[in-house]
Amino acid sequence: MKRGRVVYQGRLHEAVPDAVGLRLDDGRMLREMDVTWLPPIEPRTVFAVGLNYADHAEELALKPKSEPLLFLKGMRSIAGHRTSTERPADAAFMHYECELAVVIGRTARHVKATDALTHVAGYTVANDYAVRDYLENYYRPNLRAKSRDGATLLGPWLIDADEVGDPQALELRTLVNGRVTQRGNTRDMIHGVARLIEYLSAFMTVTRGDVILTGTPAGVVNVEAGDEVITEIDGIGRLTNFLVAGRGNARG
Amino acid sequence: MPLPVAGRNTVYGAALNYHSTLESLGGALSSKPYWAPPMAPVLYIKPPNTWIRDGDPIPLPADIAAVQAGVTLAAVIGRDMFRIKPESALSHVEGFTVVNDVTVPHSDYFRPEIQNRCRDGFCPIGSQLVGPREIKALDALELRVWVNAQLVCLESTRGLVRSVATLLSDVSELFTLAAGDIVLIGSAPSAPLVRAGDRVAVEIEGLARVENPVVAEPDGRRSS
Repeated sequence: MKRGRVVYQGRLHEAVPDAVGLRLDDGRMLREMDVTWLPPIEPRTVFAVGLNYADHAEELALKPKSEPLLFLKGMRSIAGHRTSTERPADAAFMHYECELAVVIGRTARHVKATDALTHVAGYTVANDYAVRDYLENYYRPNLRAKSRDGATLLGPWLIDADEVGDPQALELRTLVNGRVTQRGNTRDMIHGVARLIEYLSAFMTVTRGDVILTGTPAGVVNVEAGDEVITEIDGIGRLTNFLVAGRGNARG
Repeated sequence: MPLPVAGRNTVYGAALNYHSTLESLGGALSSKPYWAPPMAPVLYIKPPNTWIRDGDPIPLPADIAAVQAGVTLAAVIGRDMFRIKPESALSHVEGFTVVNDVTVPHSDYFRPEIQNRCRDGFCPIGSQLVGPREIKALDALELRVWVNAQLVCLESTRGLVRSVATLLSDVSELFTLAAGDIVLIGSAPSAPLVRAGDRVAVEIEGLARVENPVVAEPDGRRSS
């Protein structure tokens, strides 16, 4: 099933999709814009993978590595469906990244790829913004570019793993103001979901609630304040975000 | 002081925040793959699987001979701070403690290095919390590492590139530091190596101490 977490009239509710929008756990039916959306799970450690689609790596003129390029997110970077994200005024190039997000359901340590998917609770959609002007070659991609407040979106729904089946056969796309700017398929990941769990769990404990953002395909373009950005994965969900003007980094 | 709350709090660390570390890299910072010295604070994250308390074992990974024990002053944020000036930064700090920033030895700062920084138990956090007003000279604290009761590393926060207040301010320029987050101000240079069977203690004079045994991690590669 698909589940979300929303705040409505001051209370946190579980919600499920419904013809008009969503249905709260108390039965009330609402439209998407009537509620405040939280990420569909309370994430614990949020991992992200860089350069995990060959075409995107090529787009950035970078060589994908034989080992996954993993980095971490600060908790304040994580936000939900239909939230607004600041676009720094001094940045020339800020882009979205549509990504399949894997939610871990049970502890994984030294797990083989063949068993790895049994540790997955489900999937959701991510939009992992990057401000390319703020990249530096230290712990790249650095937190200044990739862990800004509310710039890592998750949602709207968590869909159970068994309903998704093969996570490596999903169409994904991004729409900016209704126009498709990015298209891809999870079959083109360099390191698939099972391999990523095997890789991570070989050197650290991966825990229920941990989330792995699995990278983005080619087709990232600059977006501006005022844009509506929708990242969408067939069968998983359609995650909306609004860009608003923010001040750039005066120092640092 | 309890450990931070997983899922709510983040433990950030600042790398390259000692003059001697920067100097030892010298011209390398202007060559491939860095091309220029860092401008913003060089930050990494120690995730919840790394957080342990005084006395808990630090598992030595089966594939690693020795790990480095880096003593660092750690600021525990008391209230959210975003774009706060250095002169106001300390009023957002609940207190300070000591952290042992354990790493697998490596010399590369180009990629996030989570395999070298984020293994289980790689962030022992002190349980004492000392308020900013109780510390006379934050930027002249003596940091010590003891291995099997022998003093093997003696450093001082005098060597910091960004002072505590400047670092917190500069980080808050980039994103919000939330109440309960911890910022590791900078792991002292010349971090000693520790091996399975060692007891390692990091301390800051008169402030906090955290001591942990290093134990061989069971080789789980066969079980799974």
